Order: sequence, then structure tokens, then C-alpha cells
Amino acid sequence: MRVLIVGSGKTLYFLCRNFAAKGYEVVIINRNQEECIQLSRQLSATIICGDGSDAGILQDAGAMGADAVLALTPNDADNLVICQLASLNFGVPRVVASANDPDNADVFQELGISAFSTTHIIGSLIEQRASIEQITNLLPVDQGRVNITEIILEPESPVAGKRLKDIELPENALVAVVIRDDRPIVPRGANDLRAGDRVVLITLPENHGPVLRVFTGEGM
Amino acid sequence: MKKDRYIVIVGCGRLGSDLANHLSREGHSVVVIDPVEATFRSLSPDFSGFRLEGDATQLAVLKEAKLGKAHVLIATTHEDNVNLMVAQVAKKLFRVPIVLARVFDPKREQVYARLGIDTVCPTSLATAVFLQSVDQGAGPPERADT
Repeated sequence: MRVLIVGSGKTLYFLCRNFAAKGYEVVIINRNQEECIQLSRQLSATIICGDGSDAGILQDAGAMGADAVLALTPNDADNLVICQLASLNFGVPRVVASANDPDNADVFQELGISAFSTTHIIGSLIEQRASIEQITNLLPVDQGRVNITEIILEPESPVAGKRLKDIELPENALVAVVIRDDRPIVPRGANDLRAGDRVVLITLPENHGPVLRVFTGEGM
Repeated sequence: MKKDRYIVIVGCGRLGSDLANHLSREGHSVVVIDPVEATFRSLSPDFSGFRLEGDATQLAVLKEAKLGKAHVLIATTHEDNVNLMVAQVAKKLFRVPIVLARVFDPKREQVYARLGIDTVCPTSLATAVFLQSVDQGAGPPERADT
């Protein structure tokens, strides 16, 4: 598998190291001469110094016969043209462009180039991990020594469908109220929790994270 | 060409500003986009169009320029790739009827002709004019001592 990568910076470096470890043949195209020298010392890849959106440079880098071309420069217009040249001029079967402006991920797709937006990916990862949307800190009591937090149970929550007494909570934590269909329930051990429930929790700072994990199931 | 077209010009350098001044004077509605505000100084005092400070490779900027309503887009920046990207976006996403891009590198011109993007390559144009002049013997004036 021969992969051509146009770009710079740490992402490029670690990506290449990763690909090289998998046994891929990696060729890097980078405009900056100093960075090229440094990359050539750090990586066992072929490094070409030049403009990756220039057909001549792509040819020197062996675009003809490459299995994939990745365009990771900080300039969206360059990434598009690199991928189009690779695909149209050199018949590279797989070309992928990075879209710095998240809107451009869709734009590139419309123009026939598969694309991804790092901002988009990181954003959705953070939302998933931290569940920003589903957790609301209601109020700190006694200068933050007690937290009251509301959490909305997602269908994939490990406690959805369980009875309260079967849920193992860390010490000093309490499910104070469950709001289901706009009706508050002060739950007992025999009550169950369901997806969509808004659960109001009382926690202490030292067990806040672990308690939330019991309800979200995510290993933060 | 009718005199009331809505024309978007990307890049306000020598070419962009010159085009904008001409087209505005002819009575068209012109919007000029450039990321550097200072470049708008090259627009003439009687330029009656709009100036939009922004990067035309961002979809949001093109929407702000109301590209969907434009009859013509001309991409004149000094970066080939920016012109080619903006031209494609204008043609394929905003369905602008007339789209032109300036491209310096003749090699790129050929690829984009295949994608249906009309390009103007100053290098190729100059080459053609020079070659024609040479052919017709209308080159530099003949020297008096020969």
C-alpha cells in the first residue's frame, strides 16, 4: 500500500509514523524546506519538498500508481485541488481531503472528493465523552461542597431499565428526584429508571465524576 | 450583455479591482470579495458596488455575498487553487450561470477544462499573442541598421 500525504505539522508526523508502523510505503509532500529536512531525519518515509497541488510535484512523488492520497494542508483550496489532480490526472483510487472550515467537508463531497473535518470530529467526540448536552449542573450548595446535577438518561445508559436498588452508587451519593413525562417521582429502591428520565443527583466533589459515569456508562 | 447583471468578483488585486470598476461603471451590480480590507482602496471613487471583507473559500462568505442570486462570478485572486475552488463551488453548488477563473499555471487549465470550469490563463494568452505577432512578422520594429 503506497500512500501520498501532503501536509505539515504534528498530525502529519504522527500519522506517517503510524502508517509506517503498519508497513505502508509513505511519501510526504511538504512546501517547507526546513520541515522537510527534519521529517526526513525522524521518519523513514520519502520526503518531497514542493507544492503538492503542482502536477509535476505529484508526479515526482509517484502519484501514478499510488493507492491513496491524503491532503492535510491548512488551506482548503489547496486540499481540494491536490485531491482533484490526484484523482483526475493520476487516477489515484482513494483521495481524501481535510476540510479546515467544517462547511467545506460538505462542499468537497458535493464536488466529488471525500472529505472530513477535524473540528467536526473533535467536537462530536467531546460531546460524546463529556455528554455536554445531557448533563446540567443545577446548583452548588455550601460553596460547592455539594453538587446538584441533572442528567438525562440516554437509551444506551447502563442504568436504563434497572431498579434503583440494583444500581451500585459510590458512597455519599443520592438519586433525589426522577422526572418522567414532566412528573416528578421521589424514587425508592423498587423504582426503575428509564431512558429519557431526567435524574436529579446529589453528589460530593470527590464522587461527582464516578457517579456520573454510573449513569452515562462512559469511561472519562 | 445586459447592463443590470449581478456580478461577484473574488479578489481585489489589479485585475479584480479593474474589472470591478469597469463593470460597475457599465451599470452592473458588483460585489467584490477580498480578505484584506486595504485592497478595496484600488476601487475607483465612482465604484457603486459592495465590498465584502472575507475569505471566499468559506461557504459562509459566499452566502453573505448572495452568490445564489449572481449571474456571473469571476475568480481573480493570485492563488490558482483558490480561484479553482471558488469557481467550482459557484458553478456546482450555487448554480451561477457564468463562472470564470483566472489560472496562472497552464497545466492546471487543462484539468479544469475537463471539470467544465472556464478558465483564463494569462500565460497562455500572452504566449498566443506573442506567437501570432511573430508569425505575422509584426514583432519588434526592425532596426534601422539592418
